[in-house]
Amino acid sequence: MAQMKYFYELTISSSPHAHSPVTTQTIMRDVLIALAPALVGSIYFFGFRALTVTLVSVAACVFFEWAYCKLTKNHCKIYDLSACVTGVLLAFVCPVTIPYWTIILGDLFAIVLVKMLFGGLGHNIVNPALAGRAFLFSWPVLMSTWVKVGFENAAGLISSADAVTAATPLANMHQGLMPEASIADLFFGNVGGCLGETSALLLLIGFGYLLYRNVITARIPLSYMGTVAVLAFLFPLGNDRIAWTAAQLFGGGLMLGAIFMATDYVTSPVTKLGQIVYGIGCGVLTILIRYFGGYSEGVSYAILVMNCCVVLLDRIGRPVKFGAPKKEAAKQ
Amino acid sequence: MAFSFFGGVHPKENKWYACDKEIQEFPAPDFLVIPMSQHIGAPCKPLVKKGDLVTVGQKIGDNQGLCVPVHASVSGKVKVVEARPHTSGTTVMSVVIENDHQYTLCPDIQPRTQEQVDALTAEELISIIREGGVVGMGGATFPTHAKISSGLGKVDTIIVNAGECEPYITSDDRLCREMPEKVISGLKLLMRIFGLKEGHIGIEDNKPEAVKALKAHLAASDGIHVDVLPAKYPQGAEKQLIYAITGREVPSGGLPAAVGCAVFNAATCKAIHDVVYDGMPLIKRVVTVSGDVVMEPKNLLVPIGTNFNDLVNACGHSENPYKVLSGGPMMGAAQYDLAVPVIKGVNAVTVLGRKNEFAVEDPRCLRCGKCIDACPMKLMPVLMYKALQSNDVEEMKANNVMDCIECGCCAYTCPASVPLVLGFKVAKQLIRNAAAAAKK
Repeated sequence: MAQMKYFYELTISSSPHAHSPVTTQTIMRDVLIALAPALVGSIYFFGFRALTVTLVSVAACVFFEWAYCKLTKNHCKIYDLSACVTGVLLAFVCPVTIPYWTIILGDLFAIVLVKMLFGGLGHNIVNPALAGRAFLFSWPVLMSTWVKVGFENAAGLISSADAVTAATPLANMHQGLMPEASIADLFFGNVGGCLGETSALLLLIGFGYLLYRNVITARIPLSYMGTVAVLAFLFPLGNDRIAWTAAQLFGGGLMLGAIFMATDYVTSPVTKLGQIVYGIGCGVLTILIRYFGGYSEGVSYAILVMNCCVVLLDRIGRPVKFGAPKKEAAKQ
Repeated sequence: MAFSFFGGVHPKENKWYACDKEIQEFPAPDFLVIPMSQHIGAPCKPLVKKGDLVTVGQKIGDNQGLCVPVHASVSGKVKVVEARPHTSGTTVMSVVIENDHQYTLCPDIQPRTQEQVDALTAEELISIIREGGVVGMGGATFPTHAKISSGLGKVDTIIVNAGECEPYITSDDRLCREMPEKVISGLKLLMRIFGLKEGHIGIEDNKPEAVKALKAHLAASDGIHVDVLPAKYPQGAEKQLIYAITGREVPSGGLPAAVGCAVFNAATCKAIHDVVYDGMPLIKRVVTVSGDVVMEPKNLLVPIGTNFNDLVNACGHSENPYKVLSGGPMMGAAQYDLAVPVIKGVNAVTVLGRKNEFAVEDPRCLRCGKCIDACPMKLMPVLMYKALQSNDVEEMKANNVMDCIECGCCAYTCPASVPLVLGFKVAKQLIRNAAAAAKK
């Protein structure tokens, strides 16, 4: 019997042996690309410090994840870019005047306590960036010092002490008033507010990119924004229903929250119906907090609360399996 | 009428490597290893022993029960009868034949004229198909005679599966292009056995040449429809194909006969034609040798028992193979030893290079839900895998792990490269173990 000779090592593994080009890393990269227009916008509106705050936040998140993995001897996966996304998002929901030590503390809380201690990417219950922001409200003054938009303002902005404070549109609306800024300013982002949340237009461009790249579906953002719009339209506090609805949609963190935070895979439901209910829940809670809460912004807490309901929402709207018996199909 | 099944994925087809290569006869090597188990069911018992002389087409193994015989694909001397590596990853009792290169035909093999064939009854045809060693040649290798017998009286729709949705593989495509009359003839025999006036050939729209060739050999009076289906993996999966053509859902845990359907692979139809008209049992099959590191991809008519190494060497490779698969990249089995022989269910040998590596250390599910959108069985792989991770057999069952067809759509699409199919194979075994333990 002739002996078979070959000089290479063969790898064996379970099928499939082919993989789609989409990986965790490409998805996170796409999210970062989608966030880029808003970052450019915030540099334009708030000055160079918007960039340095974001970069410091990203660097801190990556460092904390790396350090945690080293200390606990876990496999380090910082190359999946999820820590970068958390860093950018946390910076985006803080005022541009935030001291560096504060945002670094927020990053530590978000990455170590909220994400890694729960088991890392895929196991956290709530969105790390939003939890980090909620934690940072232990320093309410630092977190609600809003700077007026404009270059002359931003150029001299070295420390938070130099900030010229301004009322945000949501602070106005919280008192039942129409915002000082026009709807157009709200839409384009020419208003006070958190670093990355002010320009609805630039965030919507990012939304379009995420949809085009198939990273997210429109289910959560649209059901969320739609619910807010309907409730604002039905229960306006100003005289002009349309303007009030637009102000609720474009003012504050709704766009950022609905497009980038509520759609976080890890902390949103996997079923289609679950996603829609989750979006509606976020919308209702946002309006309730904005109207009746002690604090003017409702998006971050609304999403955090709905994050905790995901385990239940995963149970509704499950697909009926192929070939399920008729009776079972009807029951489901 | 065509329905689109739920889910599915679009992996790179990569059919261009081999789709224009004509089927070539592959010369039989000096030694052939013919396993006694080339089908689902009871393995054959060898009918020959060391030193026996065998002829082409001679029956060398058979058994009772759910079993089909195996035949010698060359003439020569039986070198040894022993356990040898098999594409399933285990070793299987095999007859090793030393080829005398004379190709002496077995005297039992007698061609039949059209009149003789017309005179055969359904029972006789089924017995001829069994004696010819015909099994499902798409990979599942279910004995064809058993599929026919169990479907008699229940089946109202016969479907020929020429879908061939796996990347790289072109053996059925070439068969339909070069021998459409034999495929159609096999289908007509099946229609006769089942007493049906109509038949379907399901084929993906990425094989226009094969569609043309099949249609050119069909007359309206044949009652055979060529159903051109959109190219989408797994269009060639039995349940999905039946749904795409008839709109019927094979019930969970049931067989196609439960919805009046029977599906036969195109190569199986050709084998039925060969055994009925030429008397020639299934001793050769078309194998696509392809892959991204193969120098010269080919479609080869290979004697059963030829080892993979000869096929890979005949086509050459530009770099050391990373994986050699029996079948295509979505469902094929990775081989650890190229001494394994081509058996009846091997439609392709796919040789992949290192750049196909995608496994990651410590894969983490993102809960993105892409697996749910991809699953053609409408399952929720994300929750099935979670149940496996928590080792919860009841939860695995509740999430319908047993309905998984292991098509690989979920694992293909998973951004985190979670080894879902591997997990579900383990989960199924855990469920079976638990059921066996409960019985005791």
